[in-house]
Amino acid sequence: MCIGVPAKVIEKYEYTATVDVMGTKMNVGTILLDQVQVGDFVIVHAGQAMTVIDEEFAKQSLEEWRKIADAELD
Amino acid sequence: MLNLIEEFSNPELSQKLLAQVKNLADQYIQKHGRKPVFMEVCGSHTMALARTGIKQVLRDHVKLISGPGCPVCVTDQLFIDSMIELAQDSNRIICTFGDMIRVPGSNGSLMDAKAEGKDIRVVYSPSDSVKLAEENPDREVVFLGIGFETTIPLLAVALKQAQDKNLTNYSMWVTTKLVEPIVRVLLEEKEVEFDGLLLPGHVSIVLGKDQYSYLTDDYGMPGVICGFYPTEVLIGIYKLIEMLLEDRVGIENQHPRLVTDSGNRNAQNLMNQFLELCDEGWRGMGMIPKSGMDIREEYAHLNAKKKFSIQVPEPRKTKCRCGDIIRGVITPEECPLYAKACTPLHPIGPCMVSGEGTCAAHYQYMREELNG
Amino acid sequence: MNDQRITMAHGDGGEQAHQLIEEVFLKAFGYNGEPLMDAACVKVTDRIAVSTDSFVIKPIFFPGGNIGKIAVAGTVNDIAVSGAVPMYITAGFILEEGFLIRDLVSIVESMAEEAKKAGVRLISGDTKVVERGSADGMFINTTGIGIYQNEIQIHPEAMQEGDSIIISGTIGDHGVTILTARGELGLISDVQSDCASLNHLIREACEGQSGIRIMRDPTRGGLATTLVEICEDFKVTMELDQTALPVRQDVRGACDMLGFDPLYMANEGKVIIITAKESEEYVLKALQSHELGKNAKVIGSITSKDRGQLLLKTPMGTTRRLGRMAGMHLPRIC
Repeated sequence: MCIGVPAKVIEKYEYTATVDVMGTKMNVGTILLDQVQVGDFVIVHAGQAMTVIDEEFAKQSLEEWRKIADAELD
Repeated sequence: MLNLIEEFSNPELSQKLLAQVKNLADQYIQKHGRKPVFMEVCGSHTMALARTGIKQVLRDHVKLISGPGCPVCVTDQLFIDSMIELAQDSNRIICTFGDMIRVPGSNGSLMDAKAEGKDIRVVYSPSDSVKLAEENPDREVVFLGIGFETTIPLLAVALKQAQDKNLTNYSMWVTTKLVEPIVRVLLEEKEVEFDGLLLPGHVSIVLGKDQYSYLTDDYGMPGVICGFYPTEVLIGIYKLIEMLLEDRVGIENQHPRLVTDSGNRNAQNLMNQFLELCDEGWRGMGMIPKSGMDIREEYAHLNAKKKFSIQVPEPRKTKCRCGDIIRGVITPEECPLYAKACTPLHPIGPCMVSGEGTCAAHYQYMREELNG
Repeated sequence: MNDQRITMAHGDGGEQAHQLIEEVFLKAFGYNGEPLMDAACVKVTDRIAVSTDSFVIKPIFFPGGNIGKIAVAGTVNDIAVSGAVPMYITAGFILEEGFLIRDLVSIVESMAEEAKKAGVRLISGDTKVVERGSADGMFINTTGIGIYQNEIQIHPEAMQEGDSIIISGTIGDHGVTILTARGELGLISDVQSDCASLNHLIREACEGQSGIRIMRDPTRGGLATTLVEICEDFKVTMELDQTALPVRQDVRGACDMLGFDPLYMANEGKVIIITAKESEEYVLKALQSHELGKNAKVIGSITSKDRGQLLLKTPMGTTRRLGRMAGMHLPRIC
């Protein structure tokens, strides 16, 4: 439905931030986020940060999926 | 973190998950004598499934139907025609997303209008259109705003910026679509039957998981929210089959790093501040009550539909069956125009234009037997 | 004259036109006092390669080059990939009234520099001026002449199953540079255009090799579009390995952000060389030992000789078909 790209916040201003996507930088809006800090990863859609990526949940998902992947096949 | 995100595309993990999906699907087939059928509501899922080849390799195990989740594809031709009509006044700058520029209207696309000398511009972000209005105070800037719930908050941000800056030369032509009403239509009309839904990973950032309870409560339909990397779409399919095999009906959030239970409240508040529910015309499906959002009356001065009186004739019908394809009733191959009169270079319907249109996905990635 | 701008008088063939030729073009392109004739007279052998190309680019100056550098390198490359040795170049300029002469000088100087690097001589030129608004700053048309010296033999008809597809470096650099340089999308990136003459690189990699099947420079439309053309023209099916494709991280980042695919982004300093399996190692090593080819990689192979399709093997091991680039690169939301 919509492109969303993970980007790292490298500078934070009032309602905007400079983000880095693998070396390419861009200024995006952050008005939709409650709080965001330098170093956070956000999902960018058409110039706005939509959410902060939760690293713990990312790890948990992968861990759970690895278990599923490694289960014996019937 | 980037390495962590890269893991979601890990080929080895993907292959193992693929094997697990096949295994589970085959159990389902044994039990029910047919393949499980799922619909991906989201165009990015359509593209991800085709691009990774997952749809093709699962062909004998899972039937995947593409739903109405491409905002370009469901945009009524009427709006393209209206934009072109608006552009006839040389004092106006018409801008929109790159996706919309090649969508054919009754008499050509916005790109054709540009070639005729109309001032049509592509912007990356809705906020860029506000900037354009600031930079061109003597001209009228009209932004054609389309999108589902991921994009609607961005339209609200642009409206807020224009409002805060008291811009009098800016307005927006809004034609947006909401997921719930269209999914309800599909589930009630039952033209196409499926056993579960892959729920959009990015729309759900805004909506939140809890918003989907209508699926289970009203229709007994399971759903899984998942992302777009190979492991994520695979886990989405896996979890759907698992629920079916265990006779469970639930909404699972397999995208918790981005999606919370209640969604992005700021985004919801902002869109509700500037926009309200409206009846919306869907390409190929007609008017669906309360299936979109348009600018609230108190911001009517920012509403291009109210600011300018534009009348365009009802678009004439073509043989294009985008409407049926969007609803999942037919596959692109069943449309008489597909890959013949209608190709990405000469698209007749928006499903062939959009990066995530079902026809474009089929044309680009699934046109011929690959491994035969 | 550097702070001045191009006026219509610079194109009328009179005194000012003469001045412009003397002070800008002849100064940069070298001239040893021989009388200026209406045509250049040069010596060539019996088989020559001729290629013409027009250059319109926005912006005219971009990181890693400018319209002049690209006008020379692009034509040199078209000659070089056909297996000929580029010798001479002609250049036609269409200048927009008001164009800064300082900028013209700098463009002409980079053309001279690039020609020197490539070892080609600029032998004929022309300038026209059009009214303000009739051109986007400047357009350049170049024609290249190369000679076949039989040191590089190409045999596209010999393409067969098992042949290797080599790319001389990272893809999409130029395309992303131009998008970034336009400034419309708010991208900030260190990526530079790969714009360069490849004739020396090609010569080092291919000279004396009997297994060179075909060479192409994947400019507009990118790697995928160029390969689809080869597949269709010669009815060969190729399979690319997605994991082998050399793409800079920042190029991938920019593409992800805007919904583009590096496979379809333009290159101006890359060559695709399809070789017999036996020649692969030699060609690859020769490319890699050259500055312009240090990131060269084998990216796939010819898998059959019938259907004429370009296939991409994904990291998951699935395969999908690639087509030509459809439409333009416009930032997408979906």
